[in-house]
Amino acid sequence: MAAKIDNQLPKHPPYKLIGKNYTTPDLIAKVTGRAKYAEDYRADGMLFAKLLLSPVPHGHVRNIDASEALKMPGVKAILTVDDMPKPADAMTDLGQRIPANPLGERGLTNDPVYQGEPILAVCAVDELTAVEAIEKIKLDIERLPHAVDPLVSLRPGGPNARVEGNVWMRPTAAPGQPAPPPKVAEVKWTDADFAEYKDGKLPMGKATDPEWSYGDVEAGLKNAALVLDETFVTPNTSHQTLETRTAMAYWQNGKVYVHCSTQSTAQTAPAIARWLGLVDDKGQPDISKVVVISEYTGGGFGSKITSSIAAIIPCILSKKVGAPVMMRISREEEHFIGRARPSLHGRLKVGFTKEGRITAVDMFVVMDNGPYDPQGDANQSGRMLSLMYQPPAMRWRGITVLTNTPPRLSQSQPGGFQGIALMEPILAKASRKLGVDQVAIHRVNAPVGKAPIGPPGPNGKRLYVTSAYVQEALDRGIEQFQWEKRKAMPKKSGSKARGIGVATSCFVGGSIGFDGLCVIKPDGKVYIQSGIGNLGTASVSDCHRVTAEMLGVPWEKCEITWGSTAKNLPWSCPSGGSQTTHAHTRAAYAVALDAKDKLTQIAAKDLGGKPEDYEVANERVFHKGGGRGMTLAQAAKRAVELGGIYDGHELPKGINKMTVASAQALAGQGLVAVARDTMPRDGQTHSYVAGFAEVEVDLETGKYRILDFLAVADVGTIIHPRALGGQVLGRSMLGIGHAIGQKWVYDQHYGLPLAKRFHHNKPPTILDAPEKMEWAALDIPDPETPIGARGIGEPPVGAGCMAIVNALSDALGDEIFRRAPVTADVILASLEAGKPATEGLTAHI
Amino acid sequence: MAIVRDIMPAFELFQPATTDDAVGLLAKYGRDAWVMGGGLDTFDWLKDRIKRPSVVVDLSQVNDLTGIRPMGGGLEIGALTTLTEIVRNPVVKEKFGLLHQAAELVASPQIRNQGTIGGNVSQDARCWYYRGGWKCYRAGGNICFADTPSAINREHAILDADRCVAVNPSDTAPALIALEAQMVIRNRKGERVVEAEDYFIGPATDITRMTILKPGDLLTAIRIPDKWAGATFYFEKVRDRQVWDFPLVNVASAAVYSGGNIERIRIAVNGVAAHPVRLKAVEDAVRGKPRNAATADMAGQLAIQGAEPLRYNGYKVPLLRNLVKRSIRGVEEATWAS
Repeated sequence: MAAKIDNQLPKHPPYKLIGKNYTTPDLIAKVTGRAKYAEDYRADGMLFAKLLLSPVPHGHVRNIDASEALKMPGVKAILTVDDMPKPADAMTDLGQRIPANPLGERGLTNDPVYQGEPILAVCAVDELTAVEAIEKIKLDIERLPHAVDPLVSLRPGGPNARVEGNVWMRPTAAPGQPAPPPKVAEVKWTDADFAEYKDGKLPMGKATDPEWSYGDVEAGLKNAALVLDETFVTPNTSHQTLETRTAMAYWQNGKVYVHCSTQSTAQTAPAIARWLGLVDDKGQPDISKVVVISEYTGGGFGSKITSSIAAIIPCILSKKVGAPVMMRISREEEHFIGRARPSLHGRLKVGFTKEGRITAVDMFVVMDNGPYDPQGDANQSGRMLSLMYQPPAMRWRGITVLTNTPPRLSQSQPGGFQGIALMEPILAKASRKLGVDQVAIHRVNAPVGKAPIGPPGPNGKRLYVTSAYVQEALDRGIEQFQWEKRKAMPKKSGSKARGIGVATSCFVGGSIGFDGLCVIKPDGKVYIQSGIGNLGTASVSDCHRVTAEMLGVPWEKCEITWGSTAKNLPWSCPSGGSQTTHAHTRAAYAVALDAKDKLTQIAAKDLGGKPEDYEVANERVFHKGGGRGMTLAQAAKRAVELGGIYDGHELPKGINKMTVASAQALAGQGLVAVARDTMPRDGQTHSYVAGFAEVEVDLETGKYRILDFLAVADVGTIIHPRALGGQVLGRSMLGIGHAIGQKWVYDQHYGLPLAKRFHHNKPPTILDAPEKMEWAALDIPDPETPIGARGIGEPPVGAGCMAIVNALSDALGDEIFRRAPVTADVILASLEAGKPATEGLTAHI
Repeated sequence: MAIVRDIMPAFELFQPATTDDAVGLLAKYGRDAWVMGGGLDTFDWLKDRIKRPSVVVDLSQVNDLTGIRPMGGGLEIGALTTLTEIVRNPVVKEKFGLLHQAAELVASPQIRNQGTIGGNVSQDARCWYYRGGWKCYRAGGNICFADTPSAINREHAILDADRCVAVNPSDTAPALIALEAQMVIRNRKGERVVEAEDYFIGPATDITRMTILKPGDLLTAIRIPDKWAGATFYFEKVRDRQVWDFPLVNVASAAVYSGGNIERIRIAVNGVAAHPVRLKAVEDAVRGKPRNAATADMAGQLAIQGAEPLRYNGYKVPLLRNLVKRSIRGVEEATWAS
């Protein structure tokens, strides 16, 4: 395992700001409590809304008698699904219509499909009045059969989660067209399909998601030195953001102002417009009618990418009653409407050579989709597995089963996490069976360079990534974690067993094509507009360091404006799927290029010569090689005098209409730089993490301590070390929560949740964190993006979770667990029984 | 009636300043009155609108219910004394380290700052069906939802179940039983003192209550005699998370060893039944025996006699066995070569 000599690896040039720590502009407000979240706002005459939630997992509301409630003093209005807009079609940027899912969520319903689904909202002068009114409402609900376990629903004669059926059928798209809407159908497997269920092996009946494959799977398995056939089940986990999805709304002059919690300021405006049915004559969301205010968001993890449909309840109520309406969401309500990761039941047949190289993967997954829109996790689990472990042949099959449990949505590393979680125990087991070191087996299967990913496209060719330095990350980890030394230590002493584990993980690390906007004003400062959501990742300001770096402006002279679409923000990517650092360092780069162009043009106009004779640095634009020049302040003043393209009165083509409106509002204030990222990219951008862990298990109680953890990130150029470290360790911790205890619990007979709050869902506490926790990043620039930076939010999750799980099997062997989380009871019961003792396939235990 | 949670219903609030006034109010309002100590158990119930007392008697202003005082060679601890005060008290730590350890493992620092010893021993069951508002035996209904074929009962009882399979979740209760503590109870008729062991009741006695307290009764203090001062103590709590969690099982033992033999010992466990369980049979069996692995193993095996696991809590049987074993022999720690 010779490490590559460092000087053979690409390097980025030295930077003044990029790669350096700094104080983010939101920091002081956050640590002093001055930061205002949605719930902290008040407006004159503000009323409060509370929700009535479905008491049944599946039913039909035959009648709502609210007469007693409406008679109460202080009760202002009641809102039901009849007041809600119908699900609206969406339009792509190319003007293609994506028809609305007729079975999609509308915020309220008369046909609840999970216990806790909001049926109606009551608006009153205060919450106590609203709640007392709700208790006076008489609901006549017809109970319908329910299913909270996907495998129960697939059994012959099993219950369906929706009247229409139990499985999402996903038609494939014609080339160049959006996919037709998915449909719900009834699918039942046979008793024969379930023959192996009792042995804990996932039944593999008819798979209905579009199957894909490449290479010769059969031959790969046939010629393997070792074939493992393993079932593993990943947990359903709520996003559990600290800030619940509270929203407050009011209308002024035909515009709705929404204070909400969102991951993406810019993109939430069209989402709210679409949910409210505010569309223009072309069917596009009318963002001129919506103002989104969200300066601070207390966590999203994929559950608030464009806020939440619940945010339209106070919007509609506010219009109805003519007053501002606050709807605070409680922790229990957040369990119901706050989204969760779909669990995957997975069964994989994997072939290995005797050296540990994978020969083929045959993957089958059952996704517990919840009751609403079909999620991408199932398919993504296969894609990410194909990238992370580079099987030369692979087949993926899956089925998307509806259940009467809260709606699912992308959660940090959606699908990628599950793919890693299904594969890693197999890699660890193979390492033991073959006598190949755990790190070595990861290294020999790791992607290198422009590695292929996923199924072949319509042209028969597989896509590939922009770059991958996973082997380098593993090599760094071996050294920093002192892997060999730890490996040599004994496995058992007294009542304790020790184990070490490694896991590799990957996910999408960036998108392209978004806008940047800034103004250099005659005071010499750079005013940067940021449409990025402030969801705690620091990307809302980090990305713009690139603009300052390129313009040679000290950070102290940059002012960032963010957090309200009334503040003239550019169109920005949704902060999900770890896109932002990549997308917006590019947009920041593009806008800096535009500023430089304009500065050098102004200098050439005033001082003679050609623009290319000038350069920009140290707050000046000056003749190359010294001599004449002007300050940025002077150039800004000239830009205003020149007008046209220089001060924003003429705007480039190709920028988004939100950016156009914002730039128009800023025009005339200085040198307006505005640009869309149109720079090329060869490959799909992905990031990678290698996780290393050591655990000590108490064999008499089943409890374990995580003694040490290291995550090494291959994430391109480091933009902001402190924020990167926070993401790497924080998201590792999210994954570790999946390993050590986080889950849902349902009573299947009643279809009702038992664990609904922090205490029962058991997100990890600070004392559950590894006793020692470190991170490192390779700082190797990605070759397909100007600064070389990729996103990092997602891949630490799988690395964190599965490094722990693999360390546990290193300590305890392969006969202890077949699902995550791995809790003390699972370990102790299995040690006692000498075989996996926890029910393998029952959902939500 | 539609169900809605998380908003406390209205009630009449009393904040008496003396124990006499508190007892008077409890006598006056009887069943309608709710006694509130630190509020940790109370606010859950009230905010969920499941328990709806018309009167809440908040004890936070009753100064004579707080404090740790010497009594005989032992201590008297006011029922309103916070768990943090107990953890920080030097005499508790020095002489009755078992209670110190148990109190320090309760919940989280914030909860210990607010939670009281009286509340910790008097708290209601945490069964998620019962706390979720399901109309079970304990809530006055006629079914135990946690003991059905589909029930998820990983955290439920393996001993002494009688219709209800909830467990007592207190960490300090087994420590107090091991220390032979006494509970001082007042009502309008006067004061009575009961052994800690007898303070807790199971469903066979009264399925709706966890303690012998009846309407009108107030736990005013807990007395710890000097019988076990400075003895050898063992406390261990196994929980899912390292902070802010109830025990899956806990064990408390107080022992006096002499010449390598067990001269006298008391062992109590919790999280296995609706009441903390004193393991008297184990104590009797090991008394006079050498303190070694064989005695410890025997104690562990004896402790699980009669255990009846449910579908998801079978692990509690070996867990109880191993914790009782450790309460005599201690933990066999690892000696990892570096």
